[in-house]
Amino acid sequence: MSEHRIDITVNGRRHTATVEARASLGEFLREGLGYTGTHLACEHGVCGACTVRVDGVAVRSCLMLAVQADGCEITTVEGLAAPDGTLHRVQQALQDNFGLQCGFCTPGVAITLAAVLDDDPAATAQDMEAAMSGHVCRCTGYQGIRRAIRQLAGEAV
Amino acid sequence: MSFHASSVGATRYVGERTPRKEDGRLLTGRGQFTDDVQLPGMMHVAYVRSPVARGRIVSIGLDVAREMPGVQAIYTQADLAAIPVQMMSFFFTPIESPVTLLADGRVACVGDPVCMVIAESRAQAEDAAALVELEIEEETALVTIADARTGPLVHPDRDDNVAAEMGDADMLEEVIQPLLDKAPHVVTHTIRHQRIAQSPMECRACVASPEGSGEMTVWVGCQSPHLAARYVALVLGLPQESIRVIAKDVGGGFGLKNIPWREEVAVVVAARLFGRPLKWIEDRYEALTASSHAREQEVTLTIGLDEEGRLLAAWSDYACNNGAWPMGEDANIAVHMFMWPAHKLPAYGFVTRGWYTNTMGLGGYRGPWAMESLIRETTLDKAARKLGIDPVELRRRNLLYLPEQPVTSSMGIEVTDITPGECLEKLVAHVDIAAFRKEQAEARKEGRYLGMGIATYIEPTGSAGAMQPMTGETVHLRIEPTGKVVAMLSTHSQGHGTATTMAQVIADRLGVAYEDIAVFEGDSAIGAFGPGAAGSRQGVIAGGATWRATELLAEKVKAVAAHLSNASVEAVTIAEGMVHVEGAPEMSRSLKELAEIAYGDPARLPEGMASGLEAQFRYQPPPMTMTSAAHCCVVEVDAETGFVKILRWISAEDCGTVINPGVVEGQIAGGLAQAIGQVLLEEMPYDARGNPLAATFKDYLMPTMFDVPDFEYLHANTPSQTIGGMRGVGEGGCIIGPPTLVNAIADALAPFGEIEELTLPLTPARILDVIEQRDVSGRQAQPEKVAAAPVAAPLAPVPEVAEPAPAAPTGSVDGDWDMTLKAPMGGQTFLAHFDTDGAALSGYLSAPEGRQEFSGGMIDNGRMKFEVKVDKPMKITLKYDIQLDGDTITGKCRMGMFGTAKVTAVRPS
Repeated sequence: MSEHRIDITVNGRRHTATVEARASLGEFLREGLGYTGTHLACEHGVCGACTVRVDGVAVRSCLMLAVQADGCEITTVEGLAAPDGTLHRVQQALQDNFGLQCGFCTPGVAITLAAVLDDDPAATAQDMEAAMSGHVCRCTGYQGIRRAIRQLAGEAV
Repeated sequence: MSFHASSVGATRYVGERTPRKEDGRLLTGRGQFTDDVQLPGMMHVAYVRSPVARGRIVSIGLDVAREMPGVQAIYTQADLAAIPVQMMSFFFTPIESPVTLLADGRVACVGDPVCMVIAESRAQAEDAAALVELEIEEETALVTIADARTGPLVHPDRDDNVAAEMGDADMLEEVIQPLLDKAPHVVTHTIRHQRIAQSPMECRACVASPEGSGEMTVWVGCQSPHLAARYVALVLGLPQESIRVIAKDVGGGFGLKNIPWREEVAVVVAARLFGRPLKWIEDRYEALTASSHAREQEVTLTIGLDEEGRLLAAWSDYACNNGAWPMGEDANIAVHMFMWPAHKLPAYGFVTRGWYTNTMGLGGYRGPWAMESLIRETTLDKAARKLGIDPVELRRRNLLYLPEQPVTSSMGIEVTDITPGECLEKLVAHVDIAAFRKEQAEARKEGRYLGMGIATYIEPTGSAGAMQPMTGETVHLRIEPTGKVVAMLSTHSQGHGTATTMAQVIADRLGVAYEDIAVFEGDSAIGAFGPGAAGSRQGVIAGGATWRATELLAEKVKAVAAHLSNASVEAVTIAEGMVHVEGAPEMSRSLKELAEIAYGDPARLPEGMASGLEAQFRYQPPPMTMTSAAHCCVVEVDAETGFVKILRWISAEDCGTVINPGVVEGQIAGGLAQAIGQVLLEEMPYDARGNPLAATFKDYLMPTMFDVPDFEYLHANTPSQTIGGMRGVGEGGCIIGPPTLVNAIADALAPFGEIEELTLPLTPARILDVIEQRDVSGRQAQPEKVAAAPVAAPLAPVPEVAEPAPAAPTGSVDGDWDMTLKAPMGGQTFLAHFDTDGAALSGYLSAPEGRQEFSGGMIDNGRMKFEVKVDKPMKITLKYDIQLDGDTITGKCRMGMFGTAKVTAVRPS
């Protein structure tokens, strides 16, 4: 298996590493760089748990190869909160509304909602719910995630 | 129940939507799931699995695979057998058809693990696994329950394909049928429930690290590190303390992860053989096709009712597919135990069986006995339509309300404080049914089909003391000299939020800030034994243990403060971490100051008091605590497309004291979402050759946000008899959800006709079958919908549990026999001793747990009838009816609610 050298910035930190051509971005972030907050739950692009931002775009890291991320800026769930530990408002809304239980799908959910809101700070609840179509949660029945979305959209929870 | 009349804790935490302690790490990607564990020298495991459902392994070619880069070892069963393993069920009884970690000469299902490859990376292990050459002589697979009834043996060493059976077929003719014959109305309903893949978001995972002399640390996706440690120790024959299991975060369990299964135990064994840490991370394809499955079952229920719709008698015939390697052979006796205790039903009988097939084995899934509610509630609605009685009214006439309790059901379950009727009244008061019926009638005129479904149920929760793994819980609390409170618990959260709810109880009962409490769980080295999340029990039992332990600690704090202040204990209060003495504000001290004295200056403590500020309590609750609920949902069925849209869903549940409504509602909602998946979407189908057909989440349809409506909650909160008054709530949504939704759909479809036989999931195609008057079961349509008389299918086809043969016996029964009782939680073997005196029979049954004498029995021509009263697992009378035939005794034993078990006995060897 051929190996390739890549330069990648994750949550503002620069990394240079050698990766196998076949390694997915998700595998590389987890095993190569130790960003284990990104969770691989289906590895075929359906469940959304592994979502990270690549140059601002929400991407399923199980469907992108690490070599494709050469030169890219990545944000993982570890990079959402402020350096002083203050939660991102998406994280805060999920906590306020019991939007997570086991927490395995949560990193992807948080990244996607953060991406929607960064792209359009006036995003509506409908916009955010539409983005949730690509996420599967087995624990919550989506109740808390939907309430969090309403809170983020400034609607009554 | 006295939590409102509290002398401590001015700030209320119990009952509040307190933010979860777990969220901080989980929201920021700093949890520790099993795959996050990296150890020096760790190797990776991939399994080679059978692509064939049934056959003999001719050869396993490893040469090519062994030459692959990074491959360190490839083990087959012959290698793993170096360490003996006896796999056990969740009840810690041996698996009856002994399952090996890897296939041993034969394969019995697609996905059967045959080899394990150990390599330097997961990718390398998978590369090599793909190059192992398996030659298997394929035989015709048995896939369905029908195949199992008639086909060859799944396990050649067994007598038949019946994995487990209970019930009394004779009771139909003797008791039930005469009552049904006299009943003015008889209604029969059949349900075929599809196979479910539990699908927690985190697939199974295990890291095993051998350490020192025979010790091991195991990180495993589980539902309790304590139970996992006990299980691994038991199956390997090791002391439990030699296995430390850590499971800090687990991405959902739902019953699948009740016990470590073949793959996880194989990693433990292989790590001992290989002498290095090994990691196995299941992928989603394996999780869907080769993790234990759940639910696949067929049931027919017949009920007799009087003119007013009051139940007279009921009979059911239940079968479930155990697959090849169930996590314990199961006839699902709980379906029958819990079908009717909430109803005024004079007589109930059943036969119930689990069948071996060449499919993936049966595992646990949220409310494993949930079929009792689905078949009962859908049959009651069918009866309501048939009799022209409102479904709510029909339930009112049959449910047991609080003033009518305590009552013992025909299956021996005593109910003392169940409230399904009260929940129903609460629900009906909240939902304007009359307005809905009007809206429904208007909508039908426009060709829109609305439906409302209602269901009630009860659920046994917080079980303890009746089954080996289901124990009490220990809580150990300490106020550190830092003033912080530390709790060490045997609880485990796979999303349950136990650190949150237990901290709320401590904050509430002690009078400290929630933020000042640190909860440690998720490690078998912390806390004493508890079985974690299984059976909706942690809030009830760990909650009660925490409640009492905190009160004990508060008492000590008060005694210390009173002594130091020369005040009476009654004058001391604790609030927000400060200890106050009534009328002496200058004597107020922080818990930190008190703790410094209690640990560092114990001479100032009351004479004889132990130093430190600690308390420990192990809570043994009542054997069972019942939760009740009534749910209502409203749907619209699109008659053009067959799609179901859920418009509204209201839960009125009674889970006693609610520690945290956010957590309780989260449990209900999660269960309901799974229920919606079961009714409308999810299915793990098999083809005729035994291939599982849903290999990805594109084939196995998980409910998304758009499939699940906003749920509304009405909390009834009748405190239970446990410390704290909690009732379990983990499984309920998954039990009451399916009938609620099916009833709503059936109500919407009523203008088109009855769903005579319900096959799940109710896909748009199946709903169009009803709308277009096709038979939804796919069988020949029955023009005349007449309830057929139930037929008790014979128990096992081969060999029959024969009515004791009239053949002349030989020899005497006197003396000792090795007797085996095929009971629902595994076979039990004990010594039976008989003494005869003419026709009188007496003796005793003796097992390590104790000895039971009996007398007053009768023997006639070798046929022995006698009764033995036992207290465990519950007070029941065992009625033996057995026949001597030469050197063997065969027959049956009626075991109250546990039905009838086969009995065999031979002379001791």
